[in-house]
Amino acid sequence: MSQTAAQRFLQDAAVKSADLMHREVIRRGMDSYDAAHLKGRARIKDWEAARQKCQEIKREAINHLDRYLLQFEEKVIARGGHVFWAANSEEACTYVKNLATRLGVRTVVKSKSMVTEEIHLGPALEKAGIKVWETDFGEFIVQLREEGPYHIVTPAMHLLRGQIATLFQEKLGQKIESDDPAYLMAVARRVLREAFFSAEMGISGANFLVADAGVIAISTNEGNGRLCTSVPRIHVVVTGIEKVIPRLEDLAVLWPVLATSGTGQGITTYGTLIGGPRRPVEADGPEEFHVVLVDNGRSQLLADAEQREVLHCIRCGACLNICPVFRHVGGHTYGTTYPGPIGSVLTPHLNGIKEFKHLSYASSLCGACTSVCPVKIDLHHHLLQNRRNATEAGTTKSSERLMFRAWRHAMLHPRIYAVGGWLMRKALRIVYGLGLAGSTLDPMRVWNRYRSPVPLPSESFRARWRKDRAAN
Amino acid sequence: MQRKVSLFVPCFVDQLLPEVAVDTVKVLRRVGYAVEFPEDQTCCGQPAFNTGYWDEARPCAEHFVRVFKHADVVVCPSGSCVTMVRTFYADLLATSSLRDEALALASRTFELSEFLVKVAAVTQVGATFPHSVTYHASCHGLRELHLRDQPLQLLRNVDGLRLIEMVRSDECCGFGGTFSVKFADISAAMGDSKAESVAATRAEFVTAIDPSCLLHLQGILGKRQSPTRTIHLASILAQQSPQKSRAQEQL
Repeated sequence: MSQTAAQRFLQDAAVKSADLMHREVIRRGMDSYDAAHLKGRARIKDWEAARQKCQEIKREAINHLDRYLLQFEEKVIARGGHVFWAANSEEACTYVKNLATRLGVRTVVKSKSMVTEEIHLGPALEKAGIKVWETDFGEFIVQLREEGPYHIVTPAMHLLRGQIATLFQEKLGQKIESDDPAYLMAVARRVLREAFFSAEMGISGANFLVADAGVIAISTNEGNGRLCTSVPRIHVVVTGIEKVIPRLEDLAVLWPVLATSGTGQGITTYGTLIGGPRRPVEADGPEEFHVVLVDNGRSQLLADAEQREVLHCIRCGACLNICPVFRHVGGHTYGTTYPGPIGSVLTPHLNGIKEFKHLSYASSLCGACTSVCPVKIDLHHHLLQNRRNATEAGTTKSSERLMFRAWRHAMLHPRIYAVGGWLMRKALRIVYGLGLAGSTLDPMRVWNRYRSPVPLPSESFRARWRKDRAAN
Repeated sequence: MQRKVSLFVPCFVDQLLPEVAVDTVKVLRRVGYAVEFPEDQTCCGQPAFNTGYWDEARPCAEHFVRVFKHADVVVCPSGSCVTMVRTFYADLLATSSLRDEALALASRTFELSEFLVKVAAVTQVGATFPHSVTYHASCHGLRELHLRDQPLQLLRNVDGLRLIEMVRSDECCGFGGTFSVKFADISAAMGDSKAESVAATRAEFVTAIDPSCLLHLQGILGKRQSPTRTIHLASILAQQSPQKSRAQEQL
């Protein structure tokens, strides 16, 4: 029988969380992010007010998603662009594949987009015989390694430069002379330049879809996004329907808040706005411009009043960075497109609560994610709601259900609770007295695997209280 | 008339860490409060609630409300259990006939350091603890109840205590209730990182306002044979110099 997602998660988590090398690499990366993030936040005069504003903008957009998306579509079509509404991954992939085939595309260059990861667009195109180049440096690296991105903003943060040098040596068919970051980037740049100028189609995502202006907004740092969207003769934007925002002026706060939360930058190096194909007076730009609006479970989430705000997410990665679970198990362990707290909230909605509920349980509910979310999504409380939904849907173990029923009975009867507690301590004392801590006879063996046994006082507090009262 | 508080002792404190409750009583009495302990109390319902069993948690929460509804003020030596009452009863009991009483009770329920500093306006409780101590900021206290400075204010006023700040003091220790056994590997790894932060301070003790974090850390530190011991804030505040203790006994 093949492993379930939960079994795989547990297994990978056990390995990764014990991997001290991994822990150190991520800790160093996160320490430098933490410093930059704090400094970035200090640059914004009133960070809390900025978060509040971003939350309001996204709430307005999500609450009127239909109106803003139609407004966006109308403007794009008026400029000669095409808009395709994809209900699911399959529809989105088929549209892009057919487009590529029809227009004789043999090579595609991609800039970074998590939605294309979500719908597995790359593999779908490769299967149709089309060469796909990831052109974001981190994505380029993980593509060469034939693995998914480790993190939604920094896809290759788990790798050391030495590993990247070795990878390039193996995969690029050229001699790599150094592991100096600037040198490695120059190597990648030379390879990618050729790809940019041979590709017929560029695929990008969008950080925002601006409804009133009818443009897509992209934040990038490497310049590859601009090349993807302007050099090839076809530009395809693949994006989620929740990315729409009402007004161009909203970018005045969303762009800096996204950059600050993502990397600690005041603003990313490039901010690009695109609203259609090249116009006659323009020197550059694609002849065709297509926007694929992907639903893929999002409108179902929209219908959930309690958790609708999960669609506010701007994919900055701040919740991943601060999450102590992410820091210990790493991005790949989640086995999902979106790792970390946002992924643990979102994935059960997009891919099924039965198969992915374990992610909502794999959290200590510390709330660090919620405290940094730039659009104020109540992330850890949504994890609690997912747990409740999983239980109500009857997807939890029957032994666990029974245990909690028994527990409830004890808690409603103080006498049973007190006697039960006494018995438990007595029994554990006997088991531990026989040196059986951690054995199969120890009901606390899972706890004791990594911890010394809990203290087992002979008297509970209530017993001592009663005694003191009787004595006085 | 002497002011009175009702003591809410979390179930696992009652059963496994009774001295935390004993010390809480000592501190509250010392700052001038009469303490009563409603003996019908059991659990606030958090273990079931956090595991998704809201239908099992709800009657426990209702039981809690019935037990404490006549209390003027409820004090508890755990930020997490107070969070359950303060933050989550509103959701859990949204359709319960006890909803209004639960909401009212939530606003009268306080974590110990919160009660001392914010309600009783006491930051000096006359404690002596001549040891080096590092402070772990427990998540629920910090991010749900917004208690950042209150415990530290109390610690700074303890005679002889040397407070050493640890790095990432506000990163979770990895306990997380049923998370600690459902995902024991991750929980232990997080505990290990916390233990490293603690060890780097070379403090004799690590303290917190949440006995659940400390129970977990005690186990992790114990397994590592670390020389640092865990101690709840209440147990530090309860300590007095021998002279002071004698003087009090004579009263």
